[in-house]
Amino acid sequence: MSETLAIEQGLGARRSASDFWRYRELLVFFAWRDVKVRYRQALLGMAWAVIQPLFNMILFAFLFGRLAHVPSNGIPYPIFSYCALVPWTYFATVLNLGGNCLTGNASLITKVYFPRVLLPAGTALAGLLDFSIASLMLVGMMFYYHVQLSWTMLLAPLAVLYMVLLAMGVSMFLAALNVRYRDIKHVLPFMIQLWMFATPIIYPATMIPRQFRPLLALNPCWGMVDGFRACLLPHQPINFALLGVSMGVAVVLFTGGAYYFHAMEKSFADII
Amino acid sequence: MRSAIHVDKLSKKYKIGRGSQTLREHLTSLMVFKNLRNKSQQDTTLWALRDVCLSIQEGETVGIVGRNGAGKSTLLKILSKITYPTSGAVKVSGRVASLLEVGTGFHEELTGRENVFLNGSILGMSKKQVRSQFDTIVEYSGVERFIDTPIKRYSSGMRLRLGFAVAAHLDPDILIVDEVLSVGDAAFQRKCLDTIESLRAKARTILFVSHNLTAVENLCERSIWIDKGKVCMDGKSSAVIREYMGSVRQVKDASTALGGTENRRGNGKIQFTQVELLSPEGIPYKIIRSGDAVVIRLHYCAHEPIAFPCFGFRIYTELETMVTEVGTSLHNIYISRVEPGEGYVDLEIESLNLMAAKYKLTLLLTDMPGHLVYDIIEHAVTFEVEAANLYQSGRSSEGLGIVFFPQKWNLAGMSGQAKYAPSNLKNPSQSLPEPASQVGRTTT
Repeated sequence: MSETLAIEQGLGARRSASDFWRYRELLVFFAWRDVKVRYRQALLGMAWAVIQPLFNMILFAFLFGRLAHVPSNGIPYPIFSYCALVPWTYFATVLNLGGNCLTGNASLITKVYFPRVLLPAGTALAGLLDFSIASLMLVGMMFYYHVQLSWTMLLAPLAVLYMVLLAMGVSMFLAALNVRYRDIKHVLPFMIQLWMFATPIIYPATMIPRQFRPLLALNPCWGMVDGFRACLLPHQPINFALLGVSMGVAVVLFTGGAYYFHAMEKSFADII
Repeated sequence: MRSAIHVDKLSKKYKIGRGSQTLREHLTSLMVFKNLRNKSQQDTTLWALRDVCLSIQEGETVGIVGRNGAGKSTLLKILSKITYPTSGAVKVSGRVASLLEVGTGFHEELTGRENVFLNGSILGMSKKQVRSQFDTIVEYSGVERFIDTPIKRYSSGMRLRLGFAVAAHLDPDILIVDEVLSVGDAAFQRKCLDTIESLRAKARTILFVSHNLTAVENLCERSIWIDKGKVCMDGKSSAVIREYMGSVRQVKDASTALGGTENRRGNGKIQFTQVELLSPEGIPYKIIRSGDAVVIRLHYCAHEPIAFPCFGFRIYTELETMVTEVGTSLHNIYISRVEPGEGYVDLEIESLNLMAAKYKLTLLLTDMPGHLVYDIIEHAVTFEVEAANLYQSGRSSEGLGIVFFPQKWNLAGMSGQAKYAPSNLKNPSQSLPEPASQVGRTTT
């Protein structure tokens, strides 16, 4: 295998893509490493994957569903919120871990070559395990609440793909930004918290006054969350135009995040 | 032969100083007056590499030497695609494996077995490759018993051995090794060098950075000396290393003027004035290495005509063991008459068979029978002999005594199959006799 590689001020996009394919096994190894460490004790790990969204759901069901009587689009509040909490938890986890994945692996980045994007990608992949376990719980709840089967459930994989791409896009951007500006790491938890309230998870989108809804549409997580609801739960009032805007923003974020990451990649080893 | 690595006017600049580490700082700095900002940018850049040009052919083993901070690691990082040039071009042909640190990517919580796979993948091996060589890797590392224990329980030596075991089973076209020999015990370093040797036998291109100059000289025919980001010298290892060592030692000439020293006795009619240690061409040595041809020049000054003087000296180790005594009388040299004035005598040594250490010279100037003492100076001169690649084996010569002899081993008398290790087969010029029975040549 002797191709000549010209190393100049950076690697081109085509080269990066072929490198990504060549190192695809490493992607699985990174994800496996994260999972192995978190699931060292298998039962505890699995339990934790469920406890997080479940506990949130119970808390919100009591506070918002029972006490504050937040409407829930005609379906029981617990499943209404849980259906949104599952993708949200994935998103928040990937953001938190992914934002730090470069700085946390500084020793690797300064000593070995591999396409750096494998690190946030590995985090996104590893998060899917927790997501799968929480989803099982969701399926259980759907049976419990006698949610009818509908053809829209077949669209669920698309919703999952959307969720993964959105999470990856934002975490790539944050990870690259964190290398340069270390205070991002401190801003992140706060930002995620705010973001959660800006997304219709505990409340339905219909609660937002009509004039503010276009603003809400700029939140790509809305597309993610309501997309899930639209797939899995019946009779959800979805404004598809605004949802489309939300998804468009997500696409922009993904490409922007990938582009920024790629542009900053060559300086990681120097400034990390 | 194609060039495996071609570097053309490579430069790399780093910014030093804190810069703005946080978003908040950066935003506030944008609001400061422009001229204040410009001033602070003046001496905040460091050129780690400056217009470096070099070309390495396929199959060459090249050593890179230089002081700490010279830019060697930066060069290796650029060749490994870890960082990128500020300007200039680099062309690399072939698969590169870089060993800048042993055990990269090891995770404490995972077992040795899991870390072998992880580390192998990080270094560029496929899972299939690692699996097929797994047993060899573990055997090589010597931690078989603990392979399923988390490596947080390992000692640092075990970690090093395991990490190196994985790296040793890479099979790249180009191998870049950066000072991994600086850690680890002698056995580990021996293993490292053996592995690199075997890769050399497979005609892979190897770039070897190390401060172990004996090893560099033994493994690499060619060496490059990098200093302050520039290529100082590029050529045969022995010459480059000699120059490099000379620059590192304090440039005190290996020549000492002797004024009135204590420990001196004699009637002083003829006296030593200076001692010089020169090469056979008459150039003062900056450093002397074991086995060098040395000319010891004893300068004297005679105050009156002297008949039949005898020049000589004794060499002592630092611990006052006398190594040898030499003198003109031992060669039956009768110097009938020395006129008043200055002069010198040279002792030409073909090969200074002293091991690396500090030695002292006691100078002797007497008459032929040795009764009349003109000038005896105890421990007049101290000189240091540096290590050299004595037996063309790259092994260090520390702790092996005071002297060495030109020698070679002859194994013809061994009965049965004699096994030759790769290093013995390296120098076909050394005439090794063919053993009685056919040898299974074990070139790995």
